[in-house]
Amino acid sequence: MTPGCVITIFLLIGITFVPVGLVCLQASNSVAEIVHRYDIDCVPDAYRRNKQAYIKDSLISKKCIQKVKVQYHMKAPIYVYYELDNFYQNHRRYVKSRSDKQLRHGMKYTDSSCGPLERNNGLPIVPCGLIAWSLFNDTFGFTRGSIGIMVDRKNISWRSDREHKFGKDVYPFNFQNGSLIGGGKLDPDIPLSNQEDLIVWMRAAALPQFRKLYGVIEDDLQADETIDIHITNNYNTYSFGGKKSLVLTTSTWLGGKNDFLGYAYLVTGSASIFLSILFALIHVKIPRPHGDAAYLSWSRKSSN
Amino acid sequence: MALCNTVIPIKSPSGQISYKAQSQDEDALVNAASNLHMVLVSKNGNNAEIHFNRRVVQYEILDVLEFTSDRKRMSVLISDSESGKIFLLSKGADEAILPLAYSGQQIKTFIDAVDKYAQLGLRTLCLAWRELGLQEYLEWSRLFKEANSALIDREWKVAEVCQKLEHTLDILGISAIEDRLQAGVPETIEILRQSGINFWMLTGDKQSTAIQIALLCNLISSEPKGQLLYINGKTEDEVARSLERVLLTMRITSSEPKELAFVVDGWALEIILTRYKEAFTELAVLSKTAICCRVTPSQKAQLVKLLKSCDYRTLAIGDGGNDVRMIQQAHIGVGISGREGLQAARAADYSIGKFRFLKRLILVHGRYSYNRTAFLSQYSFYKSLLICFIQILFSFVSGIAGTSLFNSVSLMAYNVFYTSIPVLTTVLDKDLSERTVTQNPEILLYCQAGRLLNPSTFAGWFGRSLYHAIVVFLITIHVYANEKSEMEELSMVALSGSIWLQAFVVTLEMNSFTFVQFLGIWGNFAAFYIINFGISSIPSAGMYTIMFRLCRQPSYWITMLLISGVGMGPVLALKYFRYTYSPSAINILQKAERSRGPMYTLVNLESQLRLDNNATDSISSMPVKKSSVYEPLLSDSPMASRRSVASSSFDIFQPAQSRVPASYPRNIKAS
Repeated sequence: MTPGCVITIFLLIGITFVPVGLVCLQASNSVAEIVHRYDIDCVPDAYRRNKQAYIKDSLISKKCIQKVKVQYHMKAPIYVYYELDNFYQNHRRYVKSRSDKQLRHGMKYTDSSCGPLERNNGLPIVPCGLIAWSLFNDTFGFTRGSIGIMVDRKNISWRSDREHKFGKDVYPFNFQNGSLIGGGKLDPDIPLSNQEDLIVWMRAAALPQFRKLYGVIEDDLQADETIDIHITNNYNTYSFGGKKSLVLTTSTWLGGKNDFLGYAYLVTGSASIFLSILFALIHVKIPRPHGDAAYLSWSRKSSN
Repeated sequence: MALCNTVIPIKSPSGQISYKAQSQDEDALVNAASNLHMVLVSKNGNNAEIHFNRRVVQYEILDVLEFTSDRKRMSVLISDSESGKIFLLSKGADEAILPLAYSGQQIKTFIDAVDKYAQLGLRTLCLAWRELGLQEYLEWSRLFKEANSALIDREWKVAEVCQKLEHTLDILGISAIEDRLQAGVPETIEILRQSGINFWMLTGDKQSTAIQIALLCNLISSEPKGQLLYINGKTEDEVARSLERVLLTMRITSSEPKELAFVVDGWALEIILTRYKEAFTELAVLSKTAICCRVTPSQKAQLVKLLKSCDYRTLAIGDGGNDVRMIQQAHIGVGISGREGLQAARAADYSIGKFRFLKRLILVHGRYSYNRTAFLSQYSFYKSLLICFIQILFSFVSGIAGTSLFNSVSLMAYNVFYTSIPVLTTVLDKDLSERTVTQNPEILLYCQAGRLLNPSTFAGWFGRSLYHAIVVFLITIHVYANEKSEMEELSMVALSGSIWLQAFVVTLEMNSFTFVQFLGIWGNFAAFYIINFGISSIPSAGMYTIMFRLCRQPSYWITMLLISGVGMGPVLALKYFRYTYSPSAINILQKAERSRGPMYTLVNLESQLRLDNNATDSISSMPVKKSSVYEPLLSDSPMASRRSVASSSFDIFQPAQSRVPASYPRNIKAS
């Protein structure tokens, strides 16, 4: 651990980290992202005070149209995500409340790991568990003026999930039949391996603020365009103070818009260069004879 | 000489007679006798045959009064087969035989001879005899058989009966045996004393013999460099006063460069241990060296116990059966397997072949062991704490629900597969080469002060694990946010980050690099990925395809690099800073080694170790403890312990590391 060696190491770290940081920042900056929160706006004025009553009343129309301005040109493919905030999909009881066996092999494998939602009226629920029960069911449509924008809703889930985790011959049964409605309903004629929304939803997120893929727009969006989003505001996040947003974003090799990596690298790289310069200065100003056994406490005293 | 022993002659086919003896002394005596033409030819059952210059004499051995360390002598009763006369032959320590001489005999010449021999460092034995009448013998023999078959207090009864017989002896003469020091003993003692270990010598020999031997093997230095203080006396009061005087002298002159040592003999020691224990304890703490002569095995054990109670770490080294109790009593028992048989070696924690191996045992292997144990224990805490802290931090973003970020397979494999092998390679780690250590034995003081394993070093590792956990956690949740925040992926990213950090941590903490260590650390790193690839290929596993997905993402690798950089940067900077600008003694020696500069041989042992501004060592800020001085080192000199009649065993006590962290040599304490 000679001074030369350590100073070089820090310098090298700095020299590699700063460019990497710049590249990451550049990648993040090249992402065009639109985030639009709609759960407040989509509640009619009459119900602003009592949003819960609004969401639970099935007679009130949940359709809502939001206008969104596209700031930057967005090249296809554009990913449509719905973002939830303050939704703890990582809560222990929630995460546990599923049965992978049942999802793969069907009704016979319903087991108690599904927690409070295993059976209803004596009949097993397929898919069971809290995660499935709380399925997100807002829908989104996009129009440019009067022309609709196509949203591709196929292959939004992981291929490994579709092929190996959810069964081709497992159909929803007795789903969302109880007194408490937690989320969306499932078409009982479509096998689970084709219920992409369910599959996407069941990949539990690790953080309370997360985005899940809704679909992909294969069109470009021009700058300064105004898009109409037709939302059906079904999902109840009002009971727990959650937030719902819609996200339209392009993607790069690094993913979506995230400046953290870029800044972190820049900071670390500069700190590293600073340290190396500091150590070099100290080394020059206060040179330490290297490896002199005379510095040993005992030989120091004896030479006095 | 030829008869009073328990030696068995063995006739070899060529007619040569060799002797099998329990102790070296007896062996020497019988050989000497045969050189003087008094050859012990055979011993069958009760009959012994002696060839004396062509005359064959048969003796019948009636009884053997065996050697005990209380009586300090042994006797045999023989009857001449020709004349039928019964003789009692005795052999033992001079103070055990000479007082039993019949009144009127001139023993002065004998006493002088004993002193003269003792001055030369020879082991002396006294021989005497007496003729018995048949009646006397028969009566006594009956009592003896009774005593021998007694069920209660047999030893005491036998001793009593023996006492009845052994009196009014006719002193024959004095024998002196030279017991050579093993090779390398003075150097070993010198170097171990330099490293801060105190030596006490416990022996069964006479005082003058012991002192002479001690001078020979560097235990004490003669005037004017060293001074020997005697504790002796004939009555209890005299002993008490003598002890007081010596204690006073010790207290006063503790600051002078003179080396003080005290000598006490078994009889006085007995009194002291029963009546004046506190004073003696204080004396024990003040003195670096001591010689105790004529001590019995139980006294040896008692002395070890006394020093243990002073919070010293003790090491007892011996090679005879009479050292077994002492060896078992000490913290570390070292047995020398050799000519005395294997009793001591079997009872000991460590068994070595020669005394000089003690140097390597303590200085080289003991020190390495300490370093490695310190690292291993603290690192194990670190790696477990790292995972725990990450879990705790995760609970803050998971609603304090107790969700485990890591899946059970990862957690199980973590301690066994992912992190155990690199640490096991630390057994090969050597922070200083052996040559450096033997040239600078004071480095052992470093161990003694507990510099590498103490609350402050542990706090350092604890802080490091906390910092690393924060780094891993924060970076992971910020990079893998929003659309990337899937449970399994995030968990694997956090785990990978921890593994990366640990590979670097172990690399940084290694002092020496061998190929095996390199392979251990980085091979294990590769194994982590291989194992996870394996698990990710199982469709029914929760982790199915996770590792493959992650490794395809550039952001994963960039995150790993960031975690390593941010985590290790401060650690490296801190280490470098400490190493260069406030190096510990070990660091200095390491640097000297690397630059192959001149090695200074250390003259005087000072401890400005407190000035070594080693950040890991907060001991220097602790006040000097009142009793922490050199830790006495108790070791047994192998050269002396013999199961001989005179119970002459040289036992040198070697105290070792002190448990008290702030240990400063006496010199510094005074200054």
